[in-house]
Amino acid sequence: MADFLQLLLSGAAIGAIYALAALGFTLLWQASGTINFAQGEFVMLPAFAMLFFLKVAGAPLWLAFLLACLVAMLVLGYGFKTVVVDPLLKHGVIPLVIATLGLSIGLKSAVKAGYSAEAQPFPSPFPDGLLSLGTIRVSYADIGTLLLAGLIVICLQMFLNRTLTGRAMQAVAQNTESAKVLGINVKRMVLYTFLINAVLAAVAALLVTPTYLAKFDMGDSIGLKAFYAAIIGGFNQTRGALLGGVLVGVLENLMGAYFSPAYKEGVALMLFLVVIIFRPEGLLGKAEERKV
Amino acid sequence: MNRRQMIVLVAGLALYAALPPFLKTYGVYLMTFLCVYLMSAMGLNLVVGYAGQMSIGQAAFFGIGAYHVAILMKLGLPFLAVLPLAAGSCFVIGLALGFPALRVQHHYLAFTTLGFNVMIYLILRNEQSWTGGTFGLSGIPRPSLFGHELNGNLEFFYFAFASTIVLALLLAWLLRSPWGRAFAALRDNPIRAESLGVNITAYTLLAFAIGAACAGVGGAYYAALVQYIEPTAFNVPASLMMLLAVIVGGSGRFFGPLVGTVVVILLPEWLRFAQNWYLMVFGFAVVALMIWLPGGVMSLPDRFRRSAR
Repeated sequence: MADFLQLLLSGAAIGAIYALAALGFTLLWQASGTINFAQGEFVMLPAFAMLFFLKVAGAPLWLAFLLACLVAMLVLGYGFKTVVVDPLLKHGVIPLVIATLGLSIGLKSAVKAGYSAEAQPFPSPFPDGLLSLGTIRVSYADIGTLLLAGLIVICLQMFLNRTLTGRAMQAVAQNTESAKVLGINVKRMVLYTFLINAVLAAVAALLVTPTYLAKFDMGDSIGLKAFYAAIIGGFNQTRGALLGGVLVGVLENLMGAYFSPAYKEGVALMLFLVVIIFRPEGLLGKAEERKV
Repeated sequence: MNRRQMIVLVAGLALYAALPPFLKTYGVYLMTFLCVYLMSAMGLNLVVGYAGQMSIGQAAFFGIGAYHVAILMKLGLPFLAVLPLAAGSCFVIGLALGFPALRVQHHYLAFTTLGFNVMIYLILRNEQSWTGGTFGLSGIPRPSLFGHELNGNLEFFYFAFASTIVLALLLAWLLRSPWGRAFAALRDNPIRAESLGVNITAYTLLAFAIGAACAGVGGAYYAALVQYIEPTAFNVPASLMMLLAVIVGGSGRFFGPLVGTVVVILLPEWLRFAQNWYLMVFGFAVVALMIWLPGGVMSLPDRFRRSAR
């Protein structure tokens, strides 16, 4: 039982990281119809940016993180939107998807060739050690990850539901035309979404890199899990991404421990297939009407 | 296709067939590989270009075809018997995989096929007893034709080349038939097509399954070409490359995959001087190409015509 609870908690921690990436992914999709196949690389790049600030500039971790957030917002938020998404959006989904695929290959190879192909160690923002709760032992890193990720998701929810800007962003996501008629600055709202996505990716990088190490292809698995988490939970629901992420993380952990570690990576796919057969709109999603 | 285009096509094919005897082993290999890759890319074009769906699992079907040949030919079955089996398996798996995914539109097939590809990779890697695991399978025999073994690289090139042309003709015939024209109708305006009595789901599903079967055929030839296969060649990056080939060339145009395959196979070879950086250049080149030419290389003539007016 203690084992089971431990697996549950550590699975939830990694799932919370998937959820952060998934959240950004859903936000982009809702606001601008962008399917970002480079989402995993959007996590990998801030990790290397932090590493750069830590090693080369000798900055402490918190400063490196803040700087990496800035860089991410500038490059992966504003830059990505103006250079890649804006010119391509009018041509439909497929050219944009291909462009993000190209971006993913390009970014990965740039880091591999320009920095290193080896996995780089990365400092943890949380103290080492285990917390004993009765018979259960949990690492501080897992608890910290869960708390920080949870806090960020709650803040984001509050921002989206309670503030004027957040509600305007939701309006844009639901119906761009009406939002425009209502006098909402659609372009600015879409830009905010891209910036938020970049920050979420940077946070995910801060949380995931200490365990997964900084490597050029670390984004492959995270990106894939983020897609699945987003769809399992409901592509058009922010809460859905959270549920999907945690579900994938926990089930993976249980599968790895109780059945076969070799097929751990397949869990997300299985869950995804079951969900799209029985509830194609996702666990928390609402069915979308078909637009003509 | 008008007369002039026909002449250019035939001349191009003749040139392609005449070139290999003057090349070294690696050149012949590249030209054969191009044919093999094209078989799979043409199938993917049916899915992406004509049925308007995104598939990121073509390399998995390619791998299934390759492992069919590797396992069954080593058991002594002739290539020409394994080939329909490989195509058939891919067709059936395509149907089974496409059915749930195509209940919902758009990106779902992309993610399903992506996950399917990961799954196939895991199976190929983990089921060591019959796939050889990470060590792969080696010593795959070359096919024999009417009792004559195609052991020479040149002989095998002509075999693959001829097979590619046959497959291309089959697909061209398919697309010209009323049944095939429904695909184009689907892509251009699915709702109108449906109102005219085209069953969207059934057609898309069939397109996907046929595309998968083509990949199975390509994979079968691939195994016979390289004679040694291992799982990483069939993982997600390979699928992405194939998708890139189709889109970069110009999806939904019959000769799009041809142009795209040439770009995807030969461009990295030319970029070899850039060593470690070549994939980066390639990746960003794709982004730039999409921004400037979202319709792919094949849309270039249209673009010129429009700007000339």
